[in-house]
Amino acid sequence: MTPAVLARAVRVVLGGNAILRGVDLSVSDGEVVALLGANGSGKSTLVRALVGAVPIESGEVELLGRPLGRTVAWERIGYVPQRMSAATGVPATAGEVVASGLLHGRRLRPPRHARKSVRAALDLVGLTHHVDRPVRELSGGQQQRVLIARALVRDPALLVLDEPVAGVDLPSQEAFAATLTDLTARGRTVLVVLHELGALAPLVQRAIVLRHGAVVHDGAPPTPTREHSGADHDHVHPHDPDEEYADTGIAGMRWEP
Amino acid sequence: MILDEIAGMLGDPLMQRALLAAMLVGLAAPVVGTYLVQRRLSLLGDGIGHVALTGVALGWLVGNAMNLAPHDMLAVPGAVVTAVIGAVVIELVRERGRTSGDVALALLFYGGIAGGVLFISLAGGTNANLMAYLFGSISTVSSADLWLTVVLTTLILVVGVGLRTALFAVCHDEEFARAAGLPVRALNIAIAVIAALTVTVSMRVVGLLLVSALMIVPVAVAQLVSGSFRRTMGLAMGIGVTVCLSGLSITYWNDLSPGATIVVLAIVVYTVVALARPALQHNRPHDPHPHVPDDVDVDVDA
Repeated sequence: MTPAVLARAVRVVLGGNAILRGVDLSVSDGEVVALLGANGSGKSTLVRALVGAVPIESGEVELLGRPLGRTVAWERIGYVPQRMSAATGVPATAGEVVASGLLHGRRLRPPRHARKSVRAALDLVGLTHHVDRPVRELSGGQQQRVLIARALVRDPALLVLDEPVAGVDLPSQEAFAATLTDLTARGRTVLVVLHELGALAPLVQRAIVLRHGAVVHDGAPPTPTREHSGADHDHVHPHDPDEEYADTGIAGMRWEP
Repeated sequence: MILDEIAGMLGDPLMQRALLAAMLVGLAAPVVGTYLVQRRLSLLGDGIGHVALTGVALGWLVGNAMNLAPHDMLAVPGAVVTAVIGAVVIELVRERGRTSGDVALALLFYGGIAGGVLFISLAGGTNANLMAYLFGSISTVSSADLWLTVVLTTLILVVGVGLRTALFAVCHDEEFARAAGLPVRALNIAIAVIAALTVTVSMRVVGLLLVSALMIVPVAVAQLVSGSFRRTMGLAMGIGVTVCLSGLSITYWNDLSPGATIVVLAIVVYTVVALARPALQHNRPHDPHPHVPDDVDVDVDA
């Protein structure tokens, strides 16, 4: 069976720096794989390269059996980028943002049942009643859930998520874990970038760990390093100013060196 | 009395053409403006406007060389072609991300004005010949101009309104649009092209120096009071038509520049709405804090 995601010797250079140095990766159909690594290890760049958001210097990527490009069945792939700022120019409602997820290369206008699909997707992430609310009025975690709904609205077979629970309020984290449990039970393939396994640990079947732009582990989910799991560990993220504003709704772009 | 005056204005064929042109421009400019504001490129219209001036002068130069009468017959087509090329080049430069946006715009501003003045002097004209294009000359709209306006406006509205969700997706989150398999480059170029067409269409009504105001100010007003993208665009179109028609009507009775009157009127509307907004929102108090349950258990009564 062809894997849902296949990467061979992927090399990505951004601004003259080799961010990914020959990454091999494969995710089978129906598998839930976590992509772990310290900040700056290249995990975010890797998923962005896999979905075509970042150009690849050399190497090959196949999504659902097709080489990256026009022929990929994009309508079956849902991507959730790292949280963006809500304050993007003109105001937009949660429903409008989710509706944009219904479009793909062969569909430039929303289908007739759009409104119903949008409501169903917002329902999945527990935001049914916010369809007509401006996104800028939602909390950081709720905005993240809107972005997840935007990926789910097309009912994807493959879901690619970039740090979906980083700096997200607790109810949103729980809602997300429930949604993901439901999706995996229905046989969806999930590739998720995580800072730590956390609440998703029971779902994750395999973990790939990146370090300095290369895979250093591919197999059973690793246990966190001692200093992270110790009772006296003071969990500070000096690189992540987002976290302290997590539920104020004003959290901006995440810092990723 | 007043009705007679209005009937008189509407009966004037010159005024009929001018009003129709103003209405179409008022309808189309905010559509494009919504996308430009969305991607924080409010000054792009200005950049394209400056480039279009070079196009006007080039059209004039070619018309002169070919001994066409009148000399400025090719000025508008020249502006259309040059503005479209300029807009696409800006988009490609932006996509590469090599030159920062404001430097690219600065190059366009000064290159466009200097090119326009240079070519018009080569054509044996003077800067005075450019004034009509810089500040608008709606009273001289001919039937041919009007037809071009109708065709181009229809094109702008079909693309700008018909592909609203797709263009919104690209402007809202380009990375997601790419990952969704949307033809991002084609959609970006579509926005650049309809922006260029809007600039040349609006040139006769408000002039190249004020084109951008007609694209941006109605959107700025609309987003003060609207929470959705669709409503912002619709409201901006309504405001655009209203200020264009009322501004032009004012100049029928008062000897004022139509372009400047329209833009000043739009800015007055913005100021009034911005000042009245706190009062408007007073009726519907909005708690800025999101509705999220507490992370910790607290006894509020204690």
